[in-house]
Amino acid sequence: MSTEQAVLDGLEIDNPVMPYLRKDRIPHIWCPGCGIGTTVNCFARALGESGLDLDKVAVVSGIGCTGRVAGYMNLDSFHTTHGRPIPFATGLKLANPELKVVVYSGDGDLFAIGGNHFFHAARRNMDLMVVCINNHTYGMTGGQLAPTTPMGATQTTMPYGNFEQPFNLPFIADACGAVYVARWTVYHVKQITRAMKEGLSKRGFAFIEIISPCPTLYSRRNRLGDGVDMVKYYKEKSVIKNGANTKEVDLSFQGEITVGKFVDRERTTWLDGMNDHFSKVFGSKFKKYGVHHVED
Amino acid sequence: MSKIDIRVGGLGGQGVILCASIIGKAAAIHDNKHATLIQSFGPEARGSACSAQVMIDDHPIGYPYVKSLDVLVVMSRDAYKQFVTQLKPGGILLYEEELVTPGAMPPGVSAYAIPATRFAEQLGRRLVLNIVMVGFFAGVTGLLSEQAVEKAVLSSVPKGTEDLNLRAYRKGFEYGREQVESRRLESAANGQTQQSFAI
Amino acid sequence: MKADPSGVLVGTHFIDGDHAACEGALAAGCRFVAGYPITPSTEVVERFAARIPLVGGVFIQLEDEIASSIAIQGAVWGGKKVMTVTSGPGLSLMMEHIGLAAITECPCVFVDVQRGGPSTGLPTLPAQADMMQVKWGSHGDYEPIALSPNSPQECFDLMIKAFNLAEMYRVPVFFMMDEVVGHMTERVVIPPADQIEVVERRWTAKKPAEYRPYETNGNMVPDMVKAGDGYRIHITGLTHDERGYPSMTPATQDKLVRRLLNKIRLNADKLLDVREEHTEDADVTVISFGITSRVATAAVDDARAQGLKVGHARLVITWPFPAARIAALAERTKVFLVPELNMGQMVQEVERAVAGRAKVVSIPHAGGTVHEPETILAKIMEAAR
Ligand SMILES: Cc1ncc(C[n+]2csc(CCOP(=O)(O)OP(=O)(O)O)c2C)c(N)n1
Ligand code: SF4
Ligand SMILES: [Mg+2]
Repeated sequence: MSTEQAVLDGLEIDNPVMPYLRKDRIPHIWCPGCGIGTTVNCFARALGESGLDLDKVAVVSGIGCTGRVAGYMNLDSFHTTHGRPIPFATGLKLANPELKVVVYSGDGDLFAIGGNHFFHAARRNMDLMVVCINNHTYGMTGGQLAPTTPMGATQTTMPYGNFEQPFNLPFIADACGAVYVARWTVYHVKQITRAMKEGLSKRGFAFIEIISPCPTLYSRRNRLGDGVDMVKYYKEKSVIKNGANTKEVDLSFQGEITVGKFVDRERTTWLDGMNDHFSKVFGSKFKKYGVHHVED
Repeated sequence: MSKIDIRVGGLGGQGVILCASIIGKAAAIHDNKHATLIQSFGPEARGSACSAQVMIDDHPIGYPYVKSLDVLVVMSRDAYKQFVTQLKPGGILLYEEELVTPGAMPPGVSAYAIPATRFAEQLGRRLVLNIVMVGFFAGVTGLLSEQAVEKAVLSSVPKGTEDLNLRAYRKGFEYGREQVESRRLESAANGQTQQSFAI
Repeated sequence: MKADPSGVLVGTHFIDGDHAACEGALAAGCRFVAGYPITPSTEVVERFAARIPLVGGVFIQLEDEIASSIAIQGAVWGGKKVMTVTSGPGLSLMMEHIGLAAITECPCVFVDVQRGGPSTGLPTLPAQADMMQVKWGSHGDYEPIALSPNSPQECFDLMIKAFNLAEMYRVPVFFMMDEVVGHMTERVVIPPADQIEVVERRWTAKKPAEYRPYETNGNMVPDMVKAGDGYRIHITGLTHDERGYPSMTPATQDKLVRRLLNKIRLNADKLLDVREEHTEDADVTVISFGITSRVATAAVDDARAQGLKVGHARLVITWPFPAARIAALAERTKVFLVPELNMGQMVQEVERAVAGRAKVVSIPHAGGTVHEPETILAKIMEAAR
């Protein structure tokens, strides 16, 4: 079996990641060769290696093929509405700050309909790990134009090739204030797992973009072969540049893919900021929120 | 007591709403009456104009807007011009005499003037103009118990300014009383019965 | 349960409806609010933002009403009692999440301080024209609860009831204020916490292995858990089975949607709050709600003073609509008059309930101010003739 095929063989019973999944919900809905399952494998491994109490980890998805991830994880899991997993996760996290809250959703969900929420949650440094599966398309609805579709790629709603400029997601995350920004492709399973582990232990808004094949819609329509061909492309055209200037990591149709950890910095989270500020304003009258207080 | 409709009008920054609010609060909380305060929002509240209406009644208040006024308190020319025609015949006009020059009025309106800004300045802060007006309202109309208004003033002003505001209130109140008294004497001398605002 | 004293601002206050609504929410135990400013509702969140640091909870101003209306639902699954606050334009943006709250059975309170519309309309002036939007605005079938306060005191009292009903039925509850009620200042008495009954969330007694999020145990309303307690729940806006797992079959849909509707419809008698005056002998009955009920009271009192047999039925819970009660009144009353600050919304429900047994007359008003008592009085005289 080629490494490329191996990358895409995920989510099988007896797999060591099985304890992290809801067995009673397998088989999953994803197409053969879809990259989403591969990333779920990485996520399961990262959860295992993170040492976190999994009763205190919650995953929130929007709507889309990627949006189904929440439903397969053996965690407190929420499948919300299209574009809105970030504000849902914000409420969940602020209501119960001892949770580690992960948002797992698609490129259309997080950056088209939900773009505004992404910008603001990053700006506020809301303590969330956001994983975006970027398949350059709207998978669930049948392969329409996404805000990440490269120029020149064909989509059902761009039947003559895309003439719109796509987003450079790491640059947006960086500019909005994310404290951790990385991009990998599904070829980079080890690095994805490591990035997720880092993201899970990061305090603040961590963003991980994963370039992932949608053989059924994106690849087929653009005559790019199957999932294996896409992973081959990722392997050949990826260039690891840790610490790269996010301005320079634009993607182009079948062009070079800059991957790596681009940003890793510290910044006060929204909740820490609130607690620090109110402690200054109100002194001892203010009890820090979301912190266990010893009765005195 | 039947329903009393009051409007307070002036400019933004004069404390018009607080003035109305203290009157309402004194009635509703300390005098055990019913009171409803409505501030003007919307087109009529644009620019620097500012006004509020207060209804006071012994019974629960239904329809929440004032139509014709028993008492109009004004601290600006524009407010005077805008609202004077709403005064009932026989109503009471209370005005800041350096800011308002009254003209034609509905029949039988008794007008009372006070140099409230000057008083406020003499007390040390021009800002307490509105509290002087509260006192003047209480002194002239006798609608509220003196204690009730004092309590309402004290619980409405910023901490640390209670003393100043109480003095402002008393100044306005006494000035109001004096005016009513001198008019009573005047009309008695002329053999007229003074309009009473007994509620 | 009695209220948590930390949120109860005991005393006699002279405050407006918006502020009173906020105090009601705090007294009811609301500890998470997300919102986006919009006149005439903003004072509710402004007060919450000022009060919450020392009460213990969170206020966050989010980027829009879409975010606010789902952040509160995230907070419910984090264990909090929640509310968001808006007016017409924001309410329209929230509609998708009303449906999410309905299907996931997420107890939450939506405050709508109604203003004139459509669109930006009359931002600073009153209307009661969102009544049908909250009932029908989200897609699919659902049964919300709505309450219509008519004074600052009721903004406090009924807000506690709104939170209690949200917990009891696990539905979105709408608190239908209007600009006049929101901005009018009156006496508001806030009793001590031990005199305030609050309904706490009904947490499951089951262990994680036995628990199914949408199992109803003979009761139409399932018990809840929160994230972080080891239950590993899955909550989805898709049609789901008792495990909470997606199951997109007509049979699951039928079972789920019927229960969602029936938990309200079959409890309509418990959800009846109509305050009546003189309806026992009334030939003419005025049906009103919210601010309009105060104007109607003035008109009805006048008509009674003139010897007319007029009654007044004031809807405090507007949804579910008290159809059975109105139908019963139709046995005696010959004419129903329905004044409302819209061009005829709830009157349609009255017509349905009356079903031809009496005459139903709409007294519409496009909003911007309230009815004149004389307008309603004239209609009463006309009807009594
Ligand atoms: C409000 C709303 N608009 C549109 C849709 C339809 N819809 C469902 S998923 C989706 C796009 C999904 O694309 P993406 O987020 O990239 O996820 P993918 O399926 O590619 O993983 C759309 C438009 C919806 N569910 N809700
Ligand atoms: S449509 Fe594309 S993204 Fe969706 S499951 Fe299939 S391959 Fe994956
Ligand atoms: Mg996509």
